[in-house]
Amino acid sequence: MELISGGDMLVRALHESGVEYIYGYPGGSLLHVYDAVYRQSAVKHVLVRHEQAAAHMADGYARATGKAGVVMVTSGPGATNTITGIATAFTDSIPMVIITGQVMSHLIGDDAFQETDMLGVSRPIVKHSFSVTRPEDIPDIVAKAFYIANTGRPGPVVIDIPKDMTMPNERYEYVYPKKVKLRSYTPPQRGHSGQIKKAVELLLAAKRPVIYAGGGVIIDGSSDKLRALVDRLDFPCTNTLMGLGSYPGTGERSLGMLGMHGTYEANVAMHNADVILAVGARFDDRVTNATSKFCPDAKIIHIDIDPSSISKTITADVPIVGPVGAVLDEMTALLDEANEVPDAEAIASWWKQINEWRQRHGGRYEKNESQLMKPQEVIEAMWDATKGDAYVTSDVGQHQMFAAQYYKFDKPNRWINSGGLGTMGFGFPAAMGIKMNFPDEMVVCVTGEGSIQMNIQELSTCLQYGIPVKILCLNNGSLGMVRQWQDMNYEGRHSHSYMESLPDFVKLVEAYGHVGIRVKGRDELPQALEDTFGKYNDRLVFLDVAVDETEHVYPMQVPMGTMRDMWLSKTERT
Amino acid sequence: MRHIISILLENEPGALSRVVGLFAQRGYNIETLTVAPTEDETLSRLTMTTDGDERKIEQITKHLNRLIEVVKLVDLSEGAHIERELMLIKVRAVGAQRAEIKRTADIFRGQVVDVSASVYTIQLTGTSDKLEAFIEAIGESCVLETVRTGVSGIARGEKVLSL
Repeated sequence: MELISGGDMLVRALHESGVEYIYGYPGGSLLHVYDAVYRQSAVKHVLVRHEQAAAHMADGYARATGKAGVVMVTSGPGATNTITGIATAFTDSIPMVIITGQVMSHLIGDDAFQETDMLGVSRPIVKHSFSVTRPEDIPDIVAKAFYIANTGRPGPVVIDIPKDMTMPNERYEYVYPKKVKLRSYTPPQRGHSGQIKKAVELLLAAKRPVIYAGGGVIIDGSSDKLRALVDRLDFPCTNTLMGLGSYPGTGERSLGMLGMHGTYEANVAMHNADVILAVGARFDDRVTNATSKFCPDAKIIHIDIDPSSISKTITADVPIVGPVGAVLDEMTALLDEANEVPDAEAIASWWKQINEWRQRHGGRYEKNESQLMKPQEVIEAMWDATKGDAYVTSDVGQHQMFAAQYYKFDKPNRWINSGGLGTMGFGFPAAMGIKMNFPDEMVVCVTGEGSIQMNIQELSTCLQYGIPVKILCLNNGSLGMVRQWQDMNYEGRHSHSYMESLPDFVKLVEAYGHVGIRVKGRDELPQALEDTFGKYNDRLVFLDVAVDETEHVYPMQVPMGTMRDMWLSKTERT
Repeated sequence: MRHIISILLENEPGALSRVVGLFAQRGYNIETLTVAPTEDETLSRLTMTTDGDERKIEQITKHLNRLIEVVKLVDLSEGAHIERELMLIKVRAVGAQRAEIKRTADIFRGQVVDVSASVYTIQLTGTSDKLEAFIEAIGESCVLETVRTGVSGIARGEKVLSL
């Protein structure tokens, strides 16, 4: 029988759990583990420049691949630096396993050097967490961590490992469990048949239906099933920010995004709907506007794997707890059996109405006569340059909304953003995590000059590992979304929303060994994009694009109103 | 409305803090909380009372069930149940008061478990209402100290909360 150390057990168990990459940063409590990493080649380690970026890289990897991302950091500051990344993943239900070093067991509680109660600090933002108290438990804990992170409603799981659990000269038998079973955790495998039957009856009787699909569809890998359902019923489909791509953005039945910055037609259709089928979406406050005024005539069918998401903010008439795919399968089977089809006449007149609504705003914006571009046109140009087929990550703010509105995603897992937590600094490391796993795909981080500076140090990591992501910085010299709210609600008092003393980004990225291109006006953009995806294809390119700082994101729901109460421009209200 | 939620919890370090943390984090109120191991040493039994309308209680139970270490959960107030709380109460007892307090304790089936020249310590078991009624009966002015265990509860009849 072979005996190995806790450090070796950890790395071997990670490999056995299917891990390809660890994103991390070494330190005192993890030195034994890092030595174990050094002595093997099955699992690759990526050294970041800041632990927060490690978490976002793992997150980006997870969102694009559907597999849990892995983070490894030392105790104390190493661990606490990942907190924002863990919270980001938690809010968006992203599977992740975070391994944090801890001081020696006998020092815990003594305020030892680099000691932090990581389990305590992370408790509200993890799906679960483990502390290792016996080295021989490591394989079992790792297997459980991946099982919990990946199943049910996915989420981050922390494993805290005191240094003495990984001593190189203390060896134990390595046993990786063949199957993981937890008596207190059984994620649902299918929905309630009676409820699904009720839902199908409602759908067949609907005259003004809307299918409202969220990130749960993408997480469950059920976009194809959603598309088939939408198309066979000929119902309109709107996506949440997290659900973009689950139904094709250019599809004729797509109403685009709904909610605070959703399309006019999506929000008005929701408001007037008689039946809403919510699939893997959670009636977030950025979707519903005032919950008391939400969709007054609608019967609501809500499919979600997490019972606590159902009837949390909006009461469901037909709640269905279960995995999206399994529930949609059962619905489809019932529709196959049913002798009825939806009322064709009613659906046709509903579409007629929706097509009229589509004319009202239609994603319009006014281009400047001068060379100074509007951010929207930059996103549209980027869509053209990438043929709508890039992996697009974003940070948070106006650029995020413009990307969501104007880059039409036809495939799932392509739009990677921090929808729930709204984390600035997310986009760039997330893009890195994706690019490393899809080296042949175009990966673009849409960002702003504010957000990019929150993890810009990772330019160095990109040089070390050769990660040629493209950074599209919509530079308006201003924290755009903050500024927009200040324009709308604070009489234009731009309190701390502008950025004086910005760096010369081109010089900065060149100093890091990459390519920087400044785009001052409209005429320069086509060539810059061509070079970015052409002659600089295998380089990291930072496009610093000047855009109009006065532009606002529209439509925008009027706070505390119904779904259909929107500003459509600076002067036009519904 | 007041609810008694009873939980079988994995008897592991940190499990209790997740339950308590959940209440703090989501703005739910805990009125009483008791926790102790069960006949199965891998499980703890936790009983808490909380207040809220139906919707809130539903959210609380759903969120509790989401915790990996929560093995089983029941809202005892949904059915017939027995609830008990134990109180130790220290009261000033001098002169004529001594007999009066003893008599009141007897009426409430309390026991005097410690005696000094001027103080009785009384042990009392019952529903929370009964314990409060006792305090009212002897008069708050003579109460020196109270300590209560919080509510423990169990369903009546055949119903059992077990694995």
